[in-house]
Amino acid sequence: MIGADIVLESLKKAKIDTLFGYPGGVVLPLYDRFPFHKEIKHILVRHEQAAGHAADAYARVSGKIGVALATSGPGATNLVTAVQNAMMDSIPTLFITGNVARNLIGKDGFQEADATGIFMPTVKHNYLVTHASDLAPTFAEAIHIATTGRPGPVHIDIPKDVFLEEAEFNWPKEINLRGYKIDKNLNTDAISEASNLINQSEKPIIFAGHGIIISNTHKLLQKLAEKADIPVITTLLGIGSMPTSHELHYGWMGMHGSYYANHAASSADTIIALGMRMDDRALGRFADLNPNAKIVHIDIDPAEHDKNLKATVPVVGNLSDILPAITNEIDETNHAEWINWINDLKKNHSDSMSIPDTSELSVQFVVNQIAKENKKNKLVVVTGVGQHQMWAAQHMDISEPRQLVTSGGLGTMGFEVPAALGAQVADPKSTVWSICGDGGFQMTFQELATIVDEKLPIKFAIMNNGFLGMVRQWQELFYQQNLVDVNMSQPDFLKIAEAYGIQGIEVTKKDQVIEAIQKANSINGPVLIDFRVETDGNVWPMVPAGAALNETVESAKEL
Amino acid sequence: MKHTVVALVEDKPGVLNRVASLFRRRGFNIDSLAVGTTHEAGVSRMTIVVEGNENIADQLEKQLFKLIDVIKVENFTNQNAIMRELALIKVKASTNNRREILDILEVFRAQPIDLSTASLVIQIVAHRDTIDALIENLSRFGILEMVRTGRIAMRRGYTTTTDEVLDENDDYSSNFHSQLGRLSNGNFPFVSD
Ligand SMILES: Cc1ncc(C[n+]2csc(CCOP(=O)(O)OP(=O)(O)O)c2C)c(N)n1
Ligand SMILES: [Mg+2]
Repeated sequence: MIGADIVLESLKKAKIDTLFGYPGGVVLPLYDRFPFHKEIKHILVRHEQAAGHAADAYARVSGKIGVALATSGPGATNLVTAVQNAMMDSIPTLFITGNVARNLIGKDGFQEADATGIFMPTVKHNYLVTHASDLAPTFAEAIHIATTGRPGPVHIDIPKDVFLEEAEFNWPKEINLRGYKIDKNLNTDAISEASNLINQSEKPIIFAGHGIIISNTHKLLQKLAEKADIPVITTLLGIGSMPTSHELHYGWMGMHGSYYANHAASSADTIIALGMRMDDRALGRFADLNPNAKIVHIDIDPAEHDKNLKATVPVVGNLSDILPAITNEIDETNHAEWINWINDLKKNHSDSMSIPDTSELSVQFVVNQIAKENKKNKLVVVTGVGQHQMWAAQHMDISEPRQLVTSGGLGTMGFEVPAALGAQVADPKSTVWSICGDGGFQMTFQELATIVDEKLPIKFAIMNNGFLGMVRQWQELFYQQNLVDVNMSQPDFLKIAEAYGIQGIEVTKKDQVIEAIQKANSINGPVLIDFRVETDGNVWPMVPAGAALNETVESAKEL
Repeated sequence: MKHTVVALVEDKPGVLNRVASLFRRRGFNIDSLAVGTTHEAGVSRMTIVVEGNENIADQLEKQLFKLIDVIKVENFTNQNAIMRELALIKVKASTNNRREILDILEVFRAQPIDLSTASLVIQIVAHRDTIDALIENLSRFGILEMVRTGRIAMRRGYTTTTDEVLDENDDYSSNFHSQLGRLSNGNFPFVSD
């Protein structure tokens, strides 16, 4: 068969049935074969970046690999943001690009870009395939690498004539990569050491990271926490790893995390960090996070140990093996005194994070109502980046893994629209609400066309504050209110909805909110709600850039 | 402090690019990098000298090993190992002072390998410090040109860095990996877009 068929057979072999893509000259031989591989559904986006984010969100929601496809040159470069986004958040994704024919590589021909070179530092691994006979083994290997260990994006670059070259479909029986071996042996010494530290601690705390969600170990996390009565706080991407109603759940930490989570993190005597990369947005100034605490850092990627923060006991491995082993070794105890201390903090420091009790329409109120009105639905929340993202994370009561789809590490504005597309494709039965910034929405709303084509009933809630709100907040607080280029004139979002044939609803007052949400939910199709929210709200609490977690401030007065 | 790290890598296109890009991106301060083949087809060996404390060396090793094409990483710093560099040094040398220079070479076990009426080319294979000392001794004669390789290193004694990894090497996958991504010269049918 020809290379193009080998590519599609390879995807089928790996049980991949969905691609997000955009055609162009060098991938035409591949598109030409789609009609002969009906098991694979290709979703035509309107911009390659969107294909990438959709594949990324598809993977986040389904737990399966997400695949995006683009042509050479501009198609490939348009993917870059999405690739890096998947890299930062460890999302199993496969990016396929066409390239110019082999005899043209390196000759600067039409639409040649060095995609292999450009992607190299943004992927877990990448390939340039120069022979059709290498295609099947390369796909097998790429998919293996993307989905195992610490997942991540893998890129395959395929010259046009390789798609047309004849070769056997030689799918390998096993994959043997001498430079990539998953060590399944448990380090029992490290596990005992970690368990001892936990047993000796009086004020332990668990940091639950994205790794818990990636490895589907949220239940194991709860068991561990419950056995030794350890309070759990999550990172932004760890949200959903513990139900908010669980009595050991203490919210999330970080720049806009809760006051009590941040202070508990800084006051604990033992930190048990699970599947996280010790990021500055989560931990504040590393040196002063909690210099006296013992740190047990469990991660599948050994390079995360001691990268930003020195661990007392680093443990390398899969959480699904390590959590039960530690739970087994730790004592059943209670930490009532420590937990009471946190509870007191929580009682006295929750106002800064509460929903404003004003007549004005606030983002906090809107997102909270969206969550409440969807209690009975299988809600998936997708966000953009900015103030609305932080408020969604604070007020939407996310209690299930894979329920929140947000760009954490890269903080990519414009993620909200294509990610909603990917999320809904991944789980057609879920109710997807995309909480959009008015800024971010304008970066990628061309995907409304794709969403209409695919008949996806996504609800877009634009938090229309007329500002690049998060930037305005920083200019206000840290640049002496010198507001520069953050106040945007807005298009008429309802007309945009209309132009795409989507139902639009305008909400200007608090008492219209619930009705609008219910109406949107009752419509079997995409809906866009333009929420005219207050323009001057700021996100609290806040850890100013460069400050430590215990320097969390609750209002501008404290700065 | 200087650390000497040896990496065994797949001998295929882009590996050097990946390693160099990693050093640049993570801000590792690389003194030298020497790359060459090994006795095993498909495997190249890199010797990297990096300046920094223990933490930096530890991160460098882990980040390197994270690259899929890196098969093994070993820190030679606290090992009983042979470390060598090669330098070619062209110095000004007249018939008057040539003898004096040759005496110096004797002390450093360096060899003269080329001669003109006004110059001498010297070759030395030694540890970095020895080469530095030789250069210092030669500088007063006037150094016209100099070229140095990066450091290479090998364990002393019978054990090797390569044995454990290469034993389980299977021919199919090593052949696949060393050929992957290579463009053979020309001869492809012309396909334009
Ligand atoms: C692609 C991209 N460009 C710039 C930024 C920097 N940035 C972070 S938040 C923000 C403002 C977001 O505005 P909007 O989408 O309206 O959300 P809001 O903060 O108002 O809720 C900007 C510009 C970014 N995160 N991503
Ligand atoms: Mg805004």
